[in-house]
Amino acid sequence: MISFTLNGKKTELDVPPQMPLLWVIRDVVKLTGTKFGCGMALCGACTVHLDGVAMRSCITPISAVEGKTVTTIEGLAPKEAPHPCQRAWSELSVPQCGYCQSGQIMSAAALLATKPEPTDEDIDSAMSGNLCRCGTYPRIRAAIHQAAALSKKGGTP
Amino acid sequence: MVGVWVLGRESGAGNAELFAPNAFIRIPKTGPIRVVVGRVEMGQGTATSTAMLIAEELEVDPSTLEVELAGADRAYSNSKLNFQLTGGSTSVASDWEPLRHAGASAREMLKEAAALRWNVPRGELTAKHGVITHASGKSATYGELASDAAKVTIRSPDLKTKDFTVIGKPMQRLDAVSKTNGSANFGIDVQVPGALVAVIVRCPVHTGTVKSFDGSAALALPGVKHVVSVPQGVAVVAETYWHARQGANVVTVEWDEGSAASVDSVELRTAHRALLTKANGKRRRDDGKADDTLKAATKKLEAEYFAPFLAHATLEPQNATAHVTADRCEIWAPTQSPAMALALAARITHLPPEKIVVHQTLLGGGFGRRLGQDYVGEAVEVSRAIGGPVKVVWSREDDMRRSFYRPAATHALSAALDETRGVVTAWKHHVVSQSIFAQVLDSFVGGVSPGGPEKLKQKTVSLGQKYLPAVDPTSYEGADSMAYGIEHVAVDFTFHDSNVPTGFWRSVGHSHTAFATESFIDECAWGLGKDPAEFRRTLLAGKSRHLACLELATKQAGWASPLDAGRARGVAVHESFGSVVACVVEASVEADAIRVHRVVMASDCGRVINPDGVRAQLESAAIFGLSAALKQRITFEKGRVQQSNFHDFAPLRMSESPRIETHLVPSEAEPTGIGEPGVPVMAPALANAVYALTKKRLRTLPLSLDEAT
Repeated sequence: MISFTLNGKKTELDVPPQMPLLWVIRDVVKLTGTKFGCGMALCGACTVHLDGVAMRSCITPISAVEGKTVTTIEGLAPKEAPHPCQRAWSELSVPQCGYCQSGQIMSAAALLATKPEPTDEDIDSAMSGNLCRCGTYPRIRAAIHQAAALSKKGGTP
Repeated sequence: MVGVWVLGRESGAGNAELFAPNAFIRIPKTGPIRVVVGRVEMGQGTATSTAMLIAEELEVDPSTLEVELAGADRAYSNSKLNFQLTGGSTSVASDWEPLRHAGASAREMLKEAAALRWNVPRGELTAKHGVITHASGKSATYGELASDAAKVTIRSPDLKTKDFTVIGKPMQRLDAVSKTNGSANFGIDVQVPGALVAVIVRCPVHTGTVKSFDGSAALALPGVKHVVSVPQGVAVVAETYWHARQGANVVTVEWDEGSAASVDSVELRTAHRALLTKANGKRRRDDGKADDTLKAATKKLEAEYFAPFLAHATLEPQNATAHVTADRCEIWAPTQSPAMALALAARITHLPPEKIVVHQTLLGGGFGRRLGQDYVGEAVEVSRAIGGPVKVVWSREDDMRRSFYRPAATHALSAALDETRGVVTAWKHHVVSQSIFAQVLDSFVGGVSPGGPEKLKQKTVSLGQKYLPAVDPTSYEGADSMAYGIEHVAVDFTFHDSNVPTGFWRSVGHSHTAFATESFIDECAWGLGKDPAEFRRTLLAGKSRHLACLELATKQAGWASPLDAGRARGVAVHESFGSVVACVVEASVEADAIRVHRVVMASDCGRVINPDGVRAQLESAAIFGLSAALKQRITFEKGRVQQSNFHDFAPLRMSESPRIETHLVPSEAEPTGIGEPGVPVMAPALANAVYALTKKRLRTLPLSLDEAT
């Protein structure tokens, strides 16, 4: 039995210890906002927060989250009060196909939590693990800066 | 149970009080008006542009509309292609009239209902913001008039030709919110009660079939429910993807590898070259006397260009969910053609088309890959084999190694230069590649006519497969339409059968022909000592759209202005899918690596519906095109694809992404495509910049300074 906190809820599951967190989230808990893209931590589509730090759930065995706190895109912010990244992403029409964007937003939110006003270089290094096949990088960059500005005005990153 | 996909969330399908004047509009008594999108949403923004086109005539604020994704239904056939398919950058061009008609007729029906209710002439009524009003002060919302409007008939109204209130104004994507909070439903997210998950163990060679297999070790693992043989390989069916994958790892299979076991990329290049030297191909364009002029020329340029196979690598791996029973087949799939998915399911199950339901989901990328329906066929096969609902999910490795690749192509070009007059007098272009249409014909014929007479279809297909290869325009498109004013032009095509499955890849033939034509015209410019932009301008006299794009891109890029040391600009302009795009790329070479710093694009795609959406497509095309130009190739050895995941087939990353500026040429002409036309110019514009900087002409994709000649 593995127990951890998922999006603020105490969660206990009887799953094999080596099963990746991604597939526990998607196929057992049925939270599908976190995506499968490569299975090798190459694309970032599966990014979640583990104790507030962005990490790739596709290579994280569920045993590694015992007693820890996992946040997925569904738990990043309440729908009625979106995270500044989510607001900026919508305002700038960042998503195209949208498949990578949960991962992009989780990486960006983790960046803003440690660097509230990131430079372009900070964005390059924090976001280069997240692939976007539609090529929305220029808008993601702009949205991170906008989210930083929104947070400064009163939102919380 | 799953009802209707409404931009990511599930919704009840039925509403007795619904006014449904046509296939595209649903007006309930209360609550938001819903529009049904007949094209698929794969990122190109069609859900938003559909809502905008309807809203323009329906007189509602498009941001208040709900968007529903249509399933397979002939009502949503693409008017340009005559069946239900999303591709060829045709969505707005195909739908821009039908959708506005749908909005206008619904509006007039609502007005007619109000006119009858209030006993006033319809001409005295105004529709605005979802409300019908009369000068007397009477007013009613569309919802209040919905049930009455369902009973009236009207004559087809005229459409607005000017004073648009929605068309041409930038609009935020309607699917943006659901794609930022995890609620958007892609094919891979479909949850059908009781459905298991299947992965398929595939032969490393695409023609391979199962000789024998042993699934006992897999069946002994927890969570694994079935191990079954299907035409595509051996399916391991389990409670979760991970359980199925664990099972797949321990299945042993003996394969008959089939005819493609000898496919080899090095040999392919040799075969292409042999065909180039052996003969002229089938002549596809013949202006003047190109051969004679070239023979007599005193100054001649000759060059060979090569473009490799490419995978689409949609970020959502291929997947589909199916539930087949004795008398019904239900499918949920991220497909670019629900009609073709339905036709394939009919062929596999032998069920009549009316017993097959295809639900459309969002697509995590398409780029042409999901015109192939192979993953749908697999889900149907596995569901049939296990007798229950199942979701087939591919790994990234499956996706990379079992695609319908952009065909490899070799191009031989020669030009006769008149140095005194400073012009190109003759241009000859010989393309060696294969035929996409010959390969996909079978499924296309099925899509046009699911359930039609099978014999007739087979005859059409076999005739097509015989004659199409020599003349398939997707192999040389862009080469034959080369826009420059040159007196003698010859374009030849020679078919080569690579035994590699190929398909439509964003911008199709243009993706490699423009690399050849736009690089070679640059060679001609340099060969005559001319500025590449100015040279193009001279040769494009009379081509107003090309000139306008070239002018806009070079002006915004500051073509003639000085650059930082170590940087250079390259330019390209190309027409595809009815639109013209010009591009200026600013690049440098650092430690033998090519780096792109800035991209300036200008496009004429006719009247623009959503300027922000068009810009987004150009930005996307820039990254997509540069990813291929700098990094991507699929190669074969012993019939096996040598790439497997994003470490050896990589799109650009954030840190490699340039600044992109997009500019639109104002136009009131009919809308033309925009999903693809930005791609073809990227590779040549970049290669031309590298030449300007290094004087090395890179003629092989992906571009590498090691291969310079």
